[in-house]
Amino acid sequence: MSTDRTPRTLGLILAALLAFGQWLPQWTLFLVTIALAKGLVVLGLMILLRCGLVSFGQALYYCIGAYAAGLLGRLFGLSDVFTLMLAGMAAAALAAFALGFLLARYRSIFFGLLSLALSMILYGLLVKTEALGSSDGFHVLRTTLLGIRPADPWVRYAVLAAAAVAATAAALLVHRYLATPLGKLAPAIKDNEIRVEYMGASARHAIHVKYVIAAALAGLGGALAATTVGHIDPEMAYWTTSGEFIFIAILAGTGSVIAPFLGALVFGIIQTVAFDVSPNTWQMVLGSALLVVIVFLPNGLWSLFRRRKAA
Amino acid sequence: MKIVNVTHGSFYALGAYAASSITGALLAQGMPPSLSYAVLLGSALLVTLVVAPLIERGILRFMYAKDEVVILLITYALFLILEDVIKLVWGVNPYFIAEPYGLLGSFDVLDLTYPYYNLILVGVAIVCGAGLTWLLGSTRTGKLLVAVIHDTEISRAMGINVERMYLFTFTFGSLLAAIGGAFTAPTVSVVPGLGVEVIVLSFAVVVIGGLGSLPGAALGAVIVGLVRSATIHYLPQAELFVIYLVMAMVLAFRPRGLFSLAEARKI
Repeated sequence: MSTDRTPRTLGLILAALLAFGQWLPQWTLFLVTIALAKGLVVLGLMILLRCGLVSFGQALYYCIGAYAAGLLGRLFGLSDVFTLMLAGMAAAALAAFALGFLLARYRSIFFGLLSLALSMILYGLLVKTEALGSSDGFHVLRTTLLGIRPADPWVRYAVLAAAAVAATAAALLVHRYLATPLGKLAPAIKDNEIRVEYMGASARHAIHVKYVIAAALAGLGGALAATTVGHIDPEMAYWTTSGEFIFIAILAGTGSVIAPFLGALVFGIIQTVAFDVSPNTWQMVLGSALLVVIVFLPNGLWSLFRRRKAA
Repeated sequence: MKIVNVTHGSFYALGAYAASSITGALLAQGMPPSLSYAVLLGSALLVTLVVAPLIERGILRFMYAKDEVVILLITYALFLILEDVIKLVWGVNPYFIAEPYGLLGSFDVLDLTYPYYNLILVGVAIVCGAGLTWLLGSTRTGKLLVAVIHDTEISRAMGINVERMYLFTFTFGSLLAAIGGAFTAPTVSVVPGLGVEVIVLSFAVVVIGGLGSLPGAALGAVIVGLVRSATIHYLPQAELFVIYLVMAMVLAFRPRGLFSLAEARKI
């Protein structure tokens, strides 16, 4: 651990994705882009997990991001992928800033369940809002990139490239943030909050900041998912979506900012393969995978890399 | 036990499935319908006594040392697995058993028709609640349990068989869920996804009431039931989320629920 390898690794992954992405088959492009989107959400979850908070309502911001992106296209005809991502991020961060005043007071299971309640309220509202297509949702405009309309075979690659750039930037920023004093407060809050207060730091303030960051990342991921899938519906705010994110977070582990993306990719692959092999029992496969990881790799898939390095 | 157990939803569904299939099969064999209530209870017992100890002994007992949240995820994983097991065993077609419901007929309150069966539901709930209060408050087992919840290590040092308490609690809790499922089964059609619905709703109930508090859970259930029916009647658009709204409101003003228990802080 003498030198920080994370930025270099991230750069290499980005370069590889940009260089080889165009030769990947379309379905892989889709899989990787969705994994990047979910990875962003999980990156936010990881920040919260580091201080011992598990949000069962991260789907709230995922959904807000997606709907913000979709509405921009629907109301103003905007379809530039970077604009949409920024909008999703801003909308989610704003909502989190307001809700954070309430949520930063809660810990452990109450934090989780309150955030779950909030996301279910959004779900209920969206299902009953006919202007937004109620439970069917609506289609998102075809993506453009910085004013250019990529030709059909290139759309997926363009979105992937945008997603990869955004994800790398986000991962680097979070990596930086984790090294700041505020970022380093997280494990301290997890261990013993009273002592944190004795040291003169405000746990509530730190959690509020982390909550907003996590939400911004989730909004970014949501906007990205909206442009990738091309369709959004209230299901994105349902608690099972949040469950999926936590699933990925545990699968990946909190060891590094790269872990969430790896976890999301592995999750996507397991899900796709399980659907393919046994369409009726894919939940069983997922559940078993989660159990196996919790039992044998308590620190997530990321610990595999750690161990190899140490050996 | 400081375990937030998502598998509970599966036991509710298991109870409902077992009750409707076993009762249905026995009725088809010519069993008098009046016996069906006992069969409902019996099938809930049967399915829990088989599945719950299996899960507790086989998986959960290795996990108690882990974080509360990790345990929650483990039960979530088990829930996903059981969901598919249920589909494999009972298929995806709905089950109906109307006999226990239809047998009793209904009576009129003012100008509303009210089925007698619902009175049985209320009765079962009250009996279970009272029994549980008695068990926890007035028996040796209950007192030992409270000690174990408060501090596992000290309890073990005092000679309490903590392992057995955990097994007992998990099985008993699951049994209550299965009974709930079994007795609700005649009023609904038993379909996949039953567990998902009920588990989030019951989390709302216990959070409103205060985790770990029996009167809280009872009050929470009444609040949830009344608010939900009132909303369906007056403002059907809000039906989907009103429960969560209530839950958020309660938590906003009483951060640990209505009947929260005082908890010792360990510094």
